[in-house]
Amino acid sequence: MHSLTNLGQRPINHNEFKMSRKLLLKHIDVPGIRSFEVYRQKGGYNAVEKALKEMSSEEVVEQVKTSGLRGRGGAGFPTGLKWSFLAKPEGVPRYLVCNADESEPGTFKDRYLMTHIPHILIEGMIVSSYALGAKTSFIYVRGEMMPQIKILENAIAEAKAAGFLGKNILGTGYDLEIYVQPGGGAYICGEETALLESLEGNRGNPRIKPPFPAVAGLYNCPTVVNNVESIAATVDVINGGGEEYSKVGIGRSTGTKLISASGNINKPGVYEIELGLPVEEFIYSDEYCGGIAGGKQLKAVVAGGSSVPILPANLILKTAEGNPRLMSYESLSEGGFESGTMLGSGGFIVFDEDQCIVRNTLNYTQFYHHESCGQCSPCREGTGWMERVLEKIENGQGSQEHIDMLVEIAGNIEGKTICPLGDAAAWPVASAIRHFREEFEWHVNNPELAIKQNFGIGPYADPLVPVTK
Amino acid sequence: MLNIKENQQQEFSEELLKKFAEIVSRYPEGKQKSALLPLMHLVQAERGWMSTESMDQIAAYLNLEPIEVYEVATFYTMFHLQPVGKYVLDVCKTGPCCLVGAEDLMRHIEDTLGVKAGEVTDDGLFTWRKVECIAACGGGPVLQIGPEYTYYENLTKEKVDALINELRTKANKS
Amino acid sequence: MAEEQNKIKVKIDGITVEVDPGTTILNAARKIGGEIVPPAMCYYTNLEGSGGKCRTCLVKVSKGSEADPRPMPKLMASCRTSVMDGMEVQNVTSEEVQSARKGVVEFLLINHPLDCPVCDQAGECDLQDLSYEHGVGQSRYEFEKRTFEPISLGDKIQLHMNRCILCYRCVMVANQLTEKRQHGILYRGEMSEISTYIEQALDHDFIGNVIDVCPVGALTDKTFRFKNRVWFTKPVNAHRNCDKCCGKVTLWYKGEDVLRVTGRKDEFGEVHEFICNTCRFDKKQTADWILEKPTEIASTSVINSNHYTSFNPPAVIAKNEKLQLTNQEQLKRTERLK
Repeated sequence: MHSLTNLGQRPINHNEFKMSRKLLLKHIDVPGIRSFEVYRQKGGYNAVEKALKEMSSEEVVEQVKTSGLRGRGGAGFPTGLKWSFLAKPEGVPRYLVCNADESEPGTFKDRYLMTHIPHILIEGMIVSSYALGAKTSFIYVRGEMMPQIKILENAIAEAKAAGFLGKNILGTGYDLEIYVQPGGGAYICGEETALLESLEGNRGNPRIKPPFPAVAGLYNCPTVVNNVESIAATVDVINGGGEEYSKVGIGRSTGTKLISASGNINKPGVYEIELGLPVEEFIYSDEYCGGIAGGKQLKAVVAGGSSVPILPANLILKTAEGNPRLMSYESLSEGGFESGTMLGSGGFIVFDEDQCIVRNTLNYTQFYHHESCGQCSPCREGTGWMERVLEKIENGQGSQEHIDMLVEIAGNIEGKTICPLGDAAAWPVASAIRHFREEFEWHVNNPELAIKQNFGIGPYADPLVPVTK
Repeated sequence: MLNIKENQQQEFSEELLKKFAEIVSRYPEGKQKSALLPLMHLVQAERGWMSTESMDQIAAYLNLEPIEVYEVATFYTMFHLQPVGKYVLDVCKTGPCCLVGAEDLMRHIEDTLGVKAGEVTDDGLFTWRKVECIAACGGGPVLQIGPEYTYYENLTKEKVDALINELRTKANKS
Repeated sequence: MAEEQNKIKVKIDGITVEVDPGTTILNAARKIGGEIVPPAMCYYTNLEGSGGKCRTCLVKVSKGSEADPRPMPKLMASCRTSVMDGMEVQNVTSEEVQSARKGVVEFLLINHPLDCPVCDQAGECDLQDLSYEHGVGQSRYEFEKRTFEPISLGDKIQLHMNRCILCYRCVMVANQLTEKRQHGILYRGEMSEISTYIEQALDHDFIGNVIDVCPVGALTDKTFRFKNRVWFTKPVNAHRNCDKCCGKVTLWYKGEDVLRVTGRKDEFGEVHEFICNTCRFDKKQTADWILEKPTEIASTSVINSNHYTSFNPPAVIAKNEKLQLTNQEQLKRTERLK
């Protein structure tokens, strides 16, 4: 249908990638890489052969542990360690469930990966299922991603036809079926226990933990839930060995990470970075975001998906100590919430000088209000309350007390809820007021102006001269 | 006036039942409730929306109480509990898309279609909804159209106009 | 002796108690009793899977256990957290807990109608008690409260969705005590509601228990509706031979009339033996029952405003020989106590 693309993000420029190390997107520009045939020609499914034929399941777990791979869905918990918690009672099936419910605003890397290289996920699923001793595995994909569901189902059929799935895979005696399960439209199903509830055909209400899924997950059986990118990354861990993988990246942030870049930048899209890349380079280099669109100045960044604290330009580029801020779990969180943020899911949202922080905070709060499951009181009642107060401030009807009250409401939600959605709703509000209080106060003190224009860049000016071509 | 045939009393087709059976077979014995979301998607794709009768039929097929299906259908946003237009335009309204013009685009869609979000156009062809993030922020503004849920990215007013015209032409031909 | 050794020790607000492994912090606190018991709006001992949702029972675990003394990083729902040997818990002694609870109560109240004067639950409402203890006089919520379209659940059970705090207990009653659940939680988030979706009467022998488990006035007894304030009625324990349930109830008298029949509630407001609809709705004559003794009600309860400690037989007994005979034993005991 005309020039609109339904699957592609933007044209892939081979030159974009020549400088940095790629693992997941190594073959992204190979024509036809979505098919089994081409994927296999490029060395695809070698990790399955290696794992199933040469390694025990314990050895696979050990390699993933050695690699230092951390969960790519947002929490950053070491994947190998998570696997080692899996209970293994006799006669009870174990499950691997892939979390492809990508819904955190600003995050679209999993959709990109599943669209363009679906087989890397299937290959990772086989390797990971083997490591965990799962005979049936599910990929829970958010329902809105119907096109990706079709792509994955097709990839599964191809892999099965080639003998990489089904009974007695590659003659090793290992059996595995993978099914794709659609969601129904609910951000909360990205929370692992809500996802399991949804997969069981229920409302996506997060479970009260303990018990954790590793003990009682899907159908009350031991279950591991991993993000798409984490599972795909196991392919490289097995191919090159955990030791090699752990050499990529920086410190405890090993490997590469897919970053979804959006907002007011010249080149939005998904980029694979080696962890440890300076934030400044990511924003301004032509290899990545290509600088702020329209020659404007950088005002703020939400670095890890909408729930992580927003940082003004000066704090995202350099830490409070004055060190360059790097794209890594540790560097982004340096300074705690006072002056730092989180790598989260790698949803990198960039704000230029013309964006209104109050309006954006209102928008995020609407999102969390809309997506609250309603099970526990602080989140059910608090998210809507915050939205209404923010609406007043944004529309020039707020007061100083409203700003303080927002901080209190956010504080009464944070850490008091069943699942992390409460924190995810509270952090953007608390951090916006922490770093952009002047802008909130300006809305309160200039109600006439607040409904007509934006505050502008204020004291958060981009301290860097934008890179010019 | 809604130009939609409700046609809800029909039985599930043989083809649909075959798909149902395959889906149910994926889950362990007694865990057939897992098939609920996949089945609802299939039924809605065929019937356009999720009527009480459809939900009751699904409940009967999966051996569930009807309330169990109502609870689930009302929790998730993808199920239309009322008749909708032939084409449902789900326009992303979340932060990253708004940074690149989603608010203007939604106003344009409202003006072009002449209905508010959630309403059906007089000819029964279109409903547009404001939806939360559909994971295509790098291609914002973005919308998608079911039942295939095709993504349309990097939208401008011109692209939306062209899309609406194309869908109109397509509908008039059929 | 062996059993004794299996007990584990937990300290709550400085008071040590020994409990069986697997006991929750809440139940350990209930064993101690008194002020240190966290309030619970959604947990219900006899409803499997209940608890964890309302967040009013949050406590601070300042020491995880003897083996792993690290404190737990977040406040924990005491109703769903099992005690460990050597665990130390703070409830009333923790400012953090008190402030969190105040926040939760505020959240529960922002959309709750202030219609206690016309609410049948007033006087026996957990939320009313909770607000009295932990709430503030003035609401900071300046927006219109959420309202729902009223729906009918039939001629026995009255649903006031506006008052519901979504504890899920009534859904668990329907799931666990009846064969066919007809109502559930619909929609989500702030707009979640108890409903049947398509209007229908709730109809099952044990469905009346949703009234007893409801912590607020969302589900009330239509046959008692607007008949009286609970503090003007006198609760008396009674029983009958019932082929469906235990037949052990509390009769709520006003003068000689039984205005209401409920299950027997313990000091924490929980019914342990559920009763059937016949006992609840259809047996409202004293002659249907064998009276036992006045129901014990906490001395702080408004129901005890006309407090009495011995069995003052309702007037109807004094006038009826047959009833005197049936209640002979209790009457004798009362005489002895005088």
